[in-house]
Amino acid sequence: MLDKNGIAKRIAREVKDGYYVNLGIGIPTLVANFVRDDISVEFQSENGVLGMGPFPYEGEEDADIINAGKQTITTLPGASFFDSALSFGMIRGRHVDLTILGAMEVAENGDIANWKIPGKMVKGMGGAMDLVASAENIIVAMMHTNKAGESKLLKRCTLPLTGVRCVKKIVTNLAVLEVTPGGFHLLERAPGVSVEEIQKATAGTLIIQGEVPEMAL
Amino acid sequence: MIQKKVAGVREALQGLKDGMTIMLGGFGLCGIPENAIAELVRLGLKDLTCISNNAGVDDFGLGLLLQKRQIKKMISSYVGENDEFERQMLSGELEVELTPQGTLAEKCRAAQAGFPAFYTPAGYGTEVAKGKETREFNGKMYVLEEAFKADFALVKAWKGDEAGNLIFKGTARNFNPAMCGAAGITVAEVEELLPAGALDPNAIHIPGIFVQRIFQGERYEKRIEQRTVRKRP
Repeated sequence: MLDKNGIAKRIAREVKDGYYVNLGIGIPTLVANFVRDDISVEFQSENGVLGMGPFPYEGEEDADIINAGKQTITTLPGASFFDSALSFGMIRGRHVDLTILGAMEVAENGDIANWKIPGKMVKGMGGAMDLVASAENIIVAMMHTNKAGESKLLKRCTLPLTGVRCVKKIVTNLAVLEVTPGGFHLLERAPGVSVEEIQKATAGTLIIQGEVPEMAL
Repeated sequence: MIQKKVAGVREALQGLKDGMTIMLGGFGLCGIPENAIAELVRLGLKDLTCISNNAGVDDFGLGLLLQKRQIKKMISSYVGENDEFERQMLSGELEVELTPQGTLAEKCRAAQAGFPAFYTPAGYGTEVAKGKETREFNGKMYVLEEAFKADFALVKAWKGDEAGNLIFKGTARNFNPAMCGAAGITVAEVEELLPAGALDPNAIHIPGIFVQRIFQGERYEKRIEQRTVRKRP
């Protein structure tokens, strides 16, 4: 089974040379730490920066340079700043190659819910609705089950949707899955996790074809 | 040169009344019009509708207006870490129109640029699209979103000149440029207000035509919401 860093490490392998990537808050933010140094990638943050770098050294933090999680950051050579309308122009106009975000629920048809639990919690959708409606390549990073132990991979989402039929791939602490017309296609198992365990933790249709390999990390 | 400089925040907010709709720049606490917000608190204006990506934190930014119940309605994309906002919203004391962030920015930009409405794919198939016109273009579904209508836009820039030209810094730019000229009166507060001619025309982010009043803010706290650092090697 993977921890949050393990999920981020596996997703980092999906990041290819020349990609512009938008990382959501939470586990997706960790992906930047695991991208190979021998490829060129630029991270976009929807609040208006392309070419995000690591956190600043102590004492060098600048209140005017933050990421979408409101954390102080630095920029790398080649970086640029821009306004919110242009930032979402990049996203809506499909200039960003890969979007990685978290979710509360994903359905087997690719629907995603991650912004509201009616009557209990409303964080707001932030940029997630724009991202999922436009991105061609969306990977969801999340735990396979919620804190109550219930599956987050469902036949249909029960929570208010963020977007419809948009998720392509999901990386959880247990598995890598692809959204296909028939359901969640199990591509890889996390180290030490059996197909049975994944089956048990998946409420939606799970498609298992032949031997399911263990993830290479 | 058309003079846009006013003496200070009091003159800058003249005409702002109870019940008005105000746009406020900023993302989290980054690039918020701190001095204008402080003046709104001092004036004690009520029943405001605020268009702002976030609502500050409990004790800073728009959170100050929420604490004093000065806001009737918020139009935002993210409530996030503001407990008072979430509490007022869930209890129904505060009217909230959650809007996807890109749509929020574009509704400002549309107002600035003279578009009454635009189609966006964001929110299609979700509760955000309820009651809105939808239409298919090239096999994909889009939602019709209308431009904002606001009385005042309160923005914050890094440098400005007396002609109202603005330059922003870092990610403090965010929603500020799209809000300029998107409301009846745009008020810009800047950290440094310079005479006309002091800024390179090539470097201007927002031309003064979009700004009606400009003043230099008395002080900027520039509070950091999430201070994240790494150790020196």
